[in-house]
Amino acid sequence: MLKRLALAMLAAGSLFAVQAGAQTEISFYYPVAVGGPITKIIDGYAAAFEKENPGVKVKPIYSGTYQESIVKALTANKAGDPPVLSVLLSTDMYSLIDEDAIVAWDELLKTDSDKAWHKSFFPGFMENSQTGGKTWGIPFQRSTIVAYWNKEAFKEAGLDPNKAPASWNEMVEFGKKLTKKDASGNVAQWGVQVPSSGFPYWLFQAFTTQNNVVLMNKDGTQTYYDNPAVIEALQYWVDLSKKHNIMKPGIIEWGTTPKDFFERKVAIMWTTTGNLTNVRSNAKFDFGVAMLPSGKRPGTPTGGGNFYLFKKSTPQQREAAMRFAKWMTSPERAAQWGIDTGYVAARADAWDTPEMKKYVQGFPQAAVARDQLQYAVAELSTHDNQRVTKALNDGLQAALTGSKTPEAAMKDAQREAERILKPYRK
Amino acid sequence: MNRTAAQVHGWLLLLPTAVLLAAFTHYPAGATLWHSFFSTPKPNRPAVFSGLDNYRAMAEDPVFWQSLANNLWFALGTIPVSIALALLMAIWINGRLRGRAFLRLAFFTPTVLPMIAVANIWLFFYTPQYGLLEQLTGLFGLPNHNWLGSNETALGCLIVVTVWKEAGFFMIFYLAALQAVSPNLYEAARIEGAGPWTIFRRITFPLLMPTTLFVLVNAVINSFRLVDHIVVMTRGGPDNATSLLLYYIYDVGFKFWDSAYAAALTMVLLVILGATAVLQFGFLEKRIHYR
Amino acid sequence: MTRTLETAGAWLLAVLWILPLAYALWAAFHPAEFSARFVLTAPLTFANFETAWNAAPFARYFLNTIMLVTLILAAQLVLCTLAAYAFARYEFPGRDIAFALVLVQLMVMPDVLIVENYRTMSQLGILDSTLAIGLPYMASAFGVFLLRQTFKSVPKELDDAARVEGAGPLQVLWKVYVPLAKPVYIAYALVSVSYHWNNFLWPIIVTNTVNSRPLTVGLQVFASTDQGIDWSIICAATLMTSAPLLVAFLLFQRQFVQSFMRAGIR
Repeated sequence: MLKRLALAMLAAGSLFAVQAGAQTEISFYYPVAVGGPITKIIDGYAAAFEKENPGVKVKPIYSGTYQESIVKALTANKAGDPPVLSVLLSTDMYSLIDEDAIVAWDELLKTDSDKAWHKSFFPGFMENSQTGGKTWGIPFQRSTIVAYWNKEAFKEAGLDPNKAPASWNEMVEFGKKLTKKDASGNVAQWGVQVPSSGFPYWLFQAFTTQNNVVLMNKDGTQTYYDNPAVIEALQYWVDLSKKHNIMKPGIIEWGTTPKDFFERKVAIMWTTTGNLTNVRSNAKFDFGVAMLPSGKRPGTPTGGGNFYLFKKSTPQQREAAMRFAKWMTSPERAAQWGIDTGYVAARADAWDTPEMKKYVQGFPQAAVARDQLQYAVAELSTHDNQRVTKALNDGLQAALTGSKTPEAAMKDAQREAERILKPYRK
Repeated sequence: MNRTAAQVHGWLLLLPTAVLLAAFTHYPAGATLWHSFFSTPKPNRPAVFSGLDNYRAMAEDPVFWQSLANNLWFALGTIPVSIALALLMAIWINGRLRGRAFLRLAFFTPTVLPMIAVANIWLFFYTPQYGLLEQLTGLFGLPNHNWLGSNETALGCLIVVTVWKEAGFFMIFYLAALQAVSPNLYEAARIEGAGPWTIFRRITFPLLMPTTLFVLVNAVINSFRLVDHIVVMTRGGPDNATSLLLYYIYDVGFKFWDSAYAAALTMVLLVILGATAVLQFGFLEKRIHYR
Repeated sequence: MTRTLETAGAWLLAVLWILPLAYALWAAFHPAEFSARFVLTAPLTFANFETAWNAAPFARYFLNTIMLVTLILAAQLVLCTLAAYAFARYEFPGRDIAFALVLVQLMVMPDVLIVENYRTMSQLGILDSTLAIGLPYMASAFGVFLLRQTFKSVPKELDDAARVEGAGPLQVLWKVYVPLAKPVYIAYALVSVSYHWNNFLWPIIVTNTVNSRPLTVGLQVFASTDQGIDWSIICAATLMTSAPLLVAFLLFQRQFVQSFMRAGIR
């Protein structure tokens, strides 16, 4: 039955292809998460691809923020009208699989060049794109967390302006020197700032990775929120403001963090590499970009968006979509996209292109994210992802605002995650 | 006109509205609520009838209870203040104060500006250290405070934004109603020596009762419906301190994709709003004297 | 004395109320480094507007939004007037239940019904059109409720007088009720236009191309989350998209005052 259906679909597909003069249309949803004329750049890419690939028509559709994009894509999917291709968060993978909305890329990889393409991405980015032995996402606009520091503030505090804190202890030590009070006793400049609004789990994952502990298993069915090393990592984060007084107390807004940095209200900030272009054009002082400090080891989670291929598509569309994704992630394009947006070009050979080499030479900070990738781990993602993540987010915010101890907060979060994930274990 | 003709006319007048409402409100709402008695369908697990399971889960869900409690405080904080301010603004503008054109524009701007953008501006006002509020309190030598980032003040900050957004909106309706009040009534009252407060209490306020009912119903509903600014400013944090019922429904429905549970939560919201609407109509509409 | 106090109070409140708009003007016309520092000597610039304008096809979006709000408002005014008239002045079986059913729309948040309504639009084959954005809003419980209150306040004698002169039901509505409700119509129109001018989630979900997308889709490009907030650009984009509304409001203020004058003469 299924086979016959598939055959019929194939026949219908090829019939359609013949009738339409071999014109295949692929719709493509993409979110915008950084500044700049992104929609124009994408439209330009689509037009250039169409020129090189007659017979394929790409319809790029701007779909809002990441959250609005997943709402739009799944809403359309439920009505039987999804896009062929979409850029969505890498952490949406399990949700999309659970909704049976997407197909794995593996079956489409036929030629050697296809397989080489698939192997060309940094392994750190592929961790979030694969599960159950299949590849569901192709890394596109990916990022990691890095530390930005104000060199002038370091100089004023009597620190070496060219040396960012390399360890947890150093961060506290530097932070104490960098925290300055004004005459009325208000803090004029904080030492460190790690934002905690909206998605604190992502930044927390840097601390846990550095403390050499993982938050979830590879199948996305188990979390380890109450592991002692996780609690220890949270204690360190909480102590930055509670014990050491080098970070603003309470929840720190992600959206205003770069501005806090530009306004010299904080000397070191942790935020995404996607902010590189923003900081470069808006910081009115000499700044540095560094890998995050090491605890027991260096570490950061990856973040950002992948290409997903939707299930309700014809074989022709899938084939065309693969060609388009391959084209979009070619070394030259990946390099250009990284330069335009500040995202990390997702494959090693993109960093060998002449454009990228020239860019890095003039702006060496851009290479920090790439060098940090060897220590990067997959972003927290499980089945029923956003719910399991929310349990952790709530616990983190409770600990950071002081309404729970780190231990109690993580125990509560783990209990909630257990309850949610139980049905997914077979 | 005979009775049957009147009845037919009545329904004909109503027909276009009824059709559209049925298609785009009642049908989807009904479908949503029907789903609240089933489990959430997944491709490999079709929906099964689960009776009151979703409601039982809700009773045990601490985030639901916290969102509900937050929402009641939010309603208590926004409804009386925004209605009182709206009435005051309308009376001021309707009076002969200096610079009425400016006042009118100032009070009305919140209605015109898109919430997603305005919420970002308010975010700046509340930003610690260099935000507008901190710059002002700093002038008086007050200590810094993380307004949106602490449990105690976050909800209050959102209430202020909501009152700001709503008062000018309600003012428009009071203003429209005030302009329909005949000036002769005021003349007569003044000739009889009534003071401004007596005029307000005896003439203006009773005449505005239909508008007050209208505004009150809308204020109650809005206090359960306005969540755009939460998305931008706090995302329900810190630790659910600003999570309101509809925001939580949005989380459950469009982040967790648990449509059945979201439907059950929606049901609770509808019951609350329905009950207050019935109360308001039962009490107030009887007391209102339409001219 | 009270007069002065009252004026002072009104002005104080007005200044507080206009603060966000004032801030938007400040931030939009100055370079980003001055968006949190209020130095009178800060240089003026149009660069923020230029960046904002170039980030999306705003000219087309303006056209789409104007068509959208016009379509919705026209439909709402007609439909709500008819329905409100029925509720205010007709006795028919099931009237109270029907009214309660209309009020349901006030309480059901359209955002919650997105999935079902998207399916309906898809079945009707009108996805990605202005009509699809507008349809769910054309019947407005808010408008019906508001106009019903107003129509109920119209003296019954005026209605009777017109009927004695031989006017049919629709003529009575047009000649007696609609003119008396003019301030309410203007108020409602302002509110409806502002709401749909600024509505976002439903339009972005139900549309795909530049041919039907409204302004807010262009505005949302700047609410990017990864990078933090650039207040200068957001404020410039906000002013740019809201300017027509603000100007329209300034113009309509006159109408407001005039309709007041007429109401006084009556």
